[in-house]
Amino acid sequence: MPGMCLRMVAMARTPEMKALLTAICLCLGGSAVAAAGQSVPKPPANDDCLACHGDADAKRANGTHVAVDVPAFAASKHGPMACVDCHADLAMLAEFPHPDTLTKVNCASCHDAVGATYHDSIHARAREKSGLNVAPACANCHGTHDIRGKNDPKGRVSHAQVPATCGACHDGIKVKYDAGVHAAALQTGDSRAPVCADCHTAHAIQRADNDASRLRATAQCGSCHAAVVESFTRTFHGKVTQLGSAGAAACADCHGAHDILPTSNPASMVSPKNLQATCGKCHQGANASFVQYDPHPNPRDYTRSATLWWANRFYWLLIPGCFGFFGLHSLLWFWRSRKEARAHKDGTS
Amino acid sequence: MTHAALEAGPIVEPPDPAAPRPPLHIRRFDRPTRLLHIVVMTTFLGLSATGLPLLFSEAPWSRLLAGLFGGFRGAGQFHRFFGATLLLAVVWHLGNVGWRGLVRGERGLFWGPTSMVPQPRDAVQLFQQFRWFVGAGPRPRFEHFAYWEKFDYWAVLWGTGLMGAAGLVLWFPVAAARVLPGWMFNVALFVHGAEATLAIGFIFVIHFFNGHLRPGKFPMDLVIFTGSVSEDELREERAAEYARLSAAGALTVPPPSAALSQRGHVVGTAGLTIGLVLVAFILYAILR
Repeated sequence: MPGMCLRMVAMARTPEMKALLTAICLCLGGSAVAAAGQSVPKPPANDDCLACHGDADAKRANGTHVAVDVPAFAASKHGPMACVDCHADLAMLAEFPHPDTLTKVNCASCHDAVGATYHDSIHARAREKSGLNVAPACANCHGTHDIRGKNDPKGRVSHAQVPATCGACHDGIKVKYDAGVHAAALQTGDSRAPVCADCHTAHAIQRADNDASRLRATAQCGSCHAAVVESFTRTFHGKVTQLGSAGAAACADCHGAHDILPTSNPASMVSPKNLQATCGKCHQGANASFVQYDPHPNPRDYTRSATLWWANRFYWLLIPGCFGFFGLHSLLWFWRSRKEARAHKDGTS
Repeated sequence: MTHAALEAGPIVEPPDPAAPRPPLHIRRFDRPTRLLHIVVMTTFLGLSATGLPLLFSEAPWSRLLAGLFGGFRGAGQFHRFFGATLLLAVVWHLGNVGWRGLVRGERGLFWGPTSMVPQPRDAVQLFQQFRWFVGAGPRPRFEHFAYWEKFDYWAVLWGTGLMGAAGLVLWFPVAAARVLPGWMFNVALFVHGAEATLAIGFIFVIHFFNGHLRPGKFPMDLVIFTGSVSEDELREERAAEYARLSAAGALTVPPPSAALSQRGHVVGTAGLTIGLVLVAFILYAILR
């Protein structure tokens, strides 16, 4: 009960709301304890915990730090909560100091939906199935006592901080990402510039080198680059991708994924200098003429390709012209045949 | 019968219209022509069914239709097989026409009443047909091929050439780029799709109506499967050809056997059904 109350307090948006909810919680919590009788020990208050853990030099017997940064905790998303809400096995404890080893904090006891999503992710499988202890659990990305929301710019999972947070482990990818156009956009404060989680998701993260991910990626890129992806869907590559086959080139196959560079950069996969190599990954033997292909055609843009523009014009006349003329021809024929058949019937009867 | 005739000679029994008359059929399409239509028809249906999932890849039925051929890759393999077969059939046909016309000297292939080549008569008959539609004149006296049949023929020939060329460019892009600029792939794909839209719509709506579904032929005209047409039908439909054949002593044949007619019905029904279902798919994709 106190845990749920404090969750509500933490979610309150205004200080007034927070105060009101805290008051209600205290009343409810107090009455709950009273109803349970005096035999249940009173859970330690945060101040009780901080009597020891508030000391910056607090250590375990083996010398590891157990200090809690009190100002950081106060400023965190969980600031209004009680220590024992997370460190739940201490709530029932009567004797202090408590043992060195406690039950691990279970974030999913409150964040159950996110917990379930994480549970199916590549990170959770690495930890839980493969025993890869360096794979991240909640605290590795979100922090512990200093936990902040994703909308808090100072938080580790805020939009601007995500590359640094993921890069703590995926350092090689971060180097590539930092060199690319999306990191540059992020540097300028562009809130739409994609960071790791925008393509890979945060909690449901999966391998990205499978067909399902490859097919999803086009829609991801299209959430910003709508016109570019629309032009892509006019191509054979795009149509095959739309049909659910990962066999044809999609965005990342030509542009790269983490190290996307502008065409003007000679290191870019789509720099004119590198086009033959890039197309040649699938089309072995692609020559200089081959790469004149436009992977993002627009038949309505005369400046992009006059031939395509004229072809489009031609068929926009030919197709309606043919169907219009022969459609009328068929309708009239139908009408006349019916009329003749009726006249014939009347004549014979 | 005039009064004078009654007096003049012995009374001749007038033919009894109720008496069973041997049904006269006239040959219209020879075996190679019928075979060519079967090949064009099957490959065209196959090309449509395997190509439409890609042309309308965003439509909800595209994966389903491609799935019938083993998904996108399978549909692609079938598409190439049908395309190559159709191209071979057209090459064979052109060779056949060349052989008959140029080597054997059948000049009638290139001009005259039985030729597929558009002639002034066709323009006149198109005008007359519209006049007949509005009730301002008699039905034109058609010859062996009417103008809408010539249009079908040349459209298929032109379409197969253009789409075949574009299809080969897309099939072998690296080889094509040795002789063509790469932007031709864009043009080839666009033309392949636009010409497909035109061809599929035209064949499965206009050709189906003109050849099979219109009153008088509904539900289908078996002549392209059996090869022969009854004398009455020919007189009604193609007065000029009937008159020419009568004058020359028409080439009559026995009417088609029941088995042949039945085969024609089965093949025709299958073709019409598949075509109309595909048209429904296209309309759904466009209109939804």
